[in-house]
Amino acid sequence: MLNKIQQIGANTLAIFSGLGRATMMLFGALFGRPRPIKAWPLYIKQLYVVGVQSLLIIVVSGLFIGMVLALQGYTVLAKFGAEQMLGPLVALSLLRELGPVVTALLFAGRAGSALTAEIGLMKATEQLSSMEMMAVDPLRRVVAPRFWAGVISMPLLALIFNAVGILGGHLVGVDWLGVDGGGYWSAMQANVDFQQDVLNGVIKSFVFAFIVTLIALHKGYDAIPTSEGISAATTQTVVTSSLAVLGFDFVLTAVMFGG
Amino acid sequence: MTTRKLELLVGFFVTLAIAALLLLALKVANAGVGGSDQTYHLQAKFSNIGGLKVRSPVKVGGVVVGRVASIKLDPENFQPVVMLEINSSYNNFPETSTLSILTSGLLGEQYIGLQPGFVDESVSILKDGDTIEDTKSAIVLEELIGQFLFNRGN
Repeated sequence: MLNKIQQIGANTLAIFSGLGRATMMLFGALFGRPRPIKAWPLYIKQLYVVGVQSLLIIVVSGLFIGMVLALQGYTVLAKFGAEQMLGPLVALSLLRELGPVVTALLFAGRAGSALTAEIGLMKATEQLSSMEMMAVDPLRRVVAPRFWAGVISMPLLALIFNAVGILGGHLVGVDWLGVDGGGYWSAMQANVDFQQDVLNGVIKSFVFAFIVTLIALHKGYDAIPTSEGISAATTQTVVTSSLAVLGFDFVLTAVMFGG
Repeated sequence: MTTRKLELLVGFFVTLAIAALLLLALKVANAGVGGSDQTYHLQAKFSNIGGLKVRSPVKVGGVVVGRVASIKLDPENFQPVVMLEINSSYNNFPETSTLSILTSGLLGEQYIGLQPGFVDESVSILKDGDTIEDTKSAIVLEELIGQFLFNRGN
């Protein structure tokens, strides 16, 4: 009995010390002497790796999710003779929920796991310690560019996801199922509000970007420097950040659209 | 890969994202250029507004001329007061105009129909802050059914 309680205590302490180390890492990476001109190529490189290389999976899944939404929505709406509401259905589900959430989940799998593995391997092969030896701060040189690249590129990816998804819905709804094209756009314009729907979706994806990138970097930086440790850290990145995204999504939806 | 090629690809990525934001803003949400027109306000009291909501359209003969800006309850006589936001290009409605709350289709959402009234020398034009006196309330389906059953009973 006492051992169990001790176990709970140890787990709690581990969680909080992990949070503390993640925060320390973030502060170390973000607050220091800024040198934007010298570090510019590093940032560009990370934006390319994290953002541009995730573009293909985001565009393809956005297109298919928009098409599936239109197909599914049409079968239900057609029963009530409300096909002209297909546009708002597709646009609102994408802008408010699916765009930010699915982008964050795909991003965690596509870019987050790669970040963790890369930094974990850097630690295992003692590249990080060698940097410290040369008086180069690995937090500033390795972690900071990756963090900013993640936080900047995920909202952009979510915007592209939404736009492609709405076009995919148009493809299926208007070009294939024969919903009126003018009605698709005009009903959408009447029901979608720029601040309420588009901007809140962007805010959501900023929060998710922060969570996913921070978890990925922290798990990599904190990984046990063995091959087993890195594999465990990569798995934890995907699992923890997916769960965190889904949990925060509920909270954010309740705050933004619940009242 | 050279820095130039990386910068090009990142620039392409950011441009694509901005294009997506523009598509969402202009084509999907219809915000920005067209949405920030000049408006003026009119007031109206109803006895029952039914399912009217803020941002419901105000139509003249089916053309949207404005939207509902706010809905409040008058604290003295407990009547709903609806504030309308009318586009400034439609600024010549006479004060004899009437408002009625209508429903688009059988299950559609409710909107305010504005019926312009007659004009002669004694009738002035509605200005910002004026109140439209002649209003017709929303038809509540339950009351209608109740009346119908009551009449059948006689």
